Amino acid sequence: MEFNPNSGFMYTLVAIVIAFVILQSVVFLVKAWKRGKELGMDVKLLRKTVGSSAIFTIAPAVAILLGVIALSKALGFPLPWLRLSVIGALTYETTAAASAASAMGTTLSQPILDAKIFTAITWVMTLGIVPGLILVPVFGKKIENGIVKIKTKDQKWGEIFVSGLFLGMISAFLGVVFAHVSEGLTGWIPVFVMLSSAIIMLLCGLARKAFKAKWLDDYALPISLLGGMALAIPITTLVQTIAG
Amino acid sequence: MKKERSYRDSVHFSGRIWMFCALIMMLAVPTSICVYYDAWPAMSGVLKGFLSVAPIFWTVGVIEVFTYVPMLGTGGSYLGFITGNLSNLKVPCALNALERANLHAGTEEGEVISTIAIATSAIVTTTIIALGVLLLAQIEPFLESEIMQPAFDNILPALFGGLAVVYVSRNWKIAMAPLIFMIALFVLVPSLASSVGVLVPVGALIAIGVARLLYKKGLL
Repeated sequence: MEFNPNSGFMYTLVAIVIAFVILQSVVFLVKAWKRGKELGMDVKLLRKTVGSSAIFTIAPAVAILLGVIALSKALGFPLPWLRLSVIGALTYETTAAASAASAMGTTLSQPILDAKIFTAITWVMTLGIVPGLILVPVFGKKIENGIVKIKTKDQKWGEIFVSGLFLGMISAFLGVVFAHVSEGLTGWIPVFVMLSSAIIMLLCGLARKAFKAKWLDDYALPISLLGGMALAIPITTLVQTIAG
Repeated sequence: MKKERSYRDSVHFSGRIWMFCALIMMLAVPTSICVYYDAWPAMSGVLKGFLSVAPIFWTVGVIEVFTYVPMLGTGGSYLGFITGNLSNLKVPCALNALERANLHAGTEEGEVISTIAIATSAIVTTTIIALGVLLLAQIEPFLESEIMQPAFDNILPALFGGLAVVYVSRNWKIAMAPLIFMIALFVLVPSLASSVGVLVPVGALIAIGVARLLYKKGLL
């Protein structure tokens, strides 16, 4: 069988994996929805959660699509498509594929047409993401019970503890934004974009209060995300002009 | 209370089955490609490639489980860890949904909301990628145009800028220390940017440590 990274066989694999992911998502969605109703939660709130999560997802999903397109030049469409729809993360897959390619003595700057190199890359990408799949079923319940224990002992501290986890993550990702500032003015572009997005979020909060527009609450994060991305374009042009 | 356990337990039960199936499926993909094309790669090559990614990615993988499971809740974790793209999409999405609903992670209502948010996000992501690949010829000029590049290059700052306003303003007493530490760290050692995942628990430990001190002194 002659190897082709874009063969019907490869697309069949993608179809199976995507069907699995969609099915699981629908099953969990229905289960949570039913449970929410049992708990007497407002259906409007559940619906709003679906709406705002869907809108929020669009821009990051397009960024993931760009990752698929970038990797497709070397690996064809099916493999990057499959890997980025399941478990994979944008940052991980690109690095994993590049490392695997270089270990095989090639690079991703050209199409990988040697079946053995292609399968080696596939194995490396797959094996690299196994921990989550094993650890969540094994430790998930224990971790959760640990949190429940902290909460039963002291409800308020339990909530502060979880907030601490959130803030740890947010501060690490905010810190990264400053990683290029030593490179000069252009290194500040991500910082300016972050600040613009933060200002848009603040404006949303003010507008909500001023116009009593409760709906703004649900879409404030997507608005600040898209606004920040849109402003990145003039900010970059402006900074590059000033920096010469 | 009893009911809560039974819902969580049932999610754990079905979640484990889904995860086991996902694991088998993930391993079946490279296996079936090898069998179909009769192209088994040299073990040494796979091992070499694997060893170059495993130290970082397995570490990040382990860390993600311990930091994100409490944030995502039971259903959210099983779903999030299978559908992927956690820190750039699923976790912020769940955080935002919880915040908007004024609920806490770890409560049962919070559990319902985060599961719905992550499931929706997974379905939308999968749909967008599928549509994008199918309509590639039409959208590629737009997506890859030079004008659009800065927008996509800056998606994480744009995402975390908005998110930070909500979280940092509500918990600024706890947030200041990890934030200042992280900014200083990345300014001084820019090369750490590629291993930001490893630094999430460091930030969390600082935040929780500071929170504990303030809490003990009755300042929170």
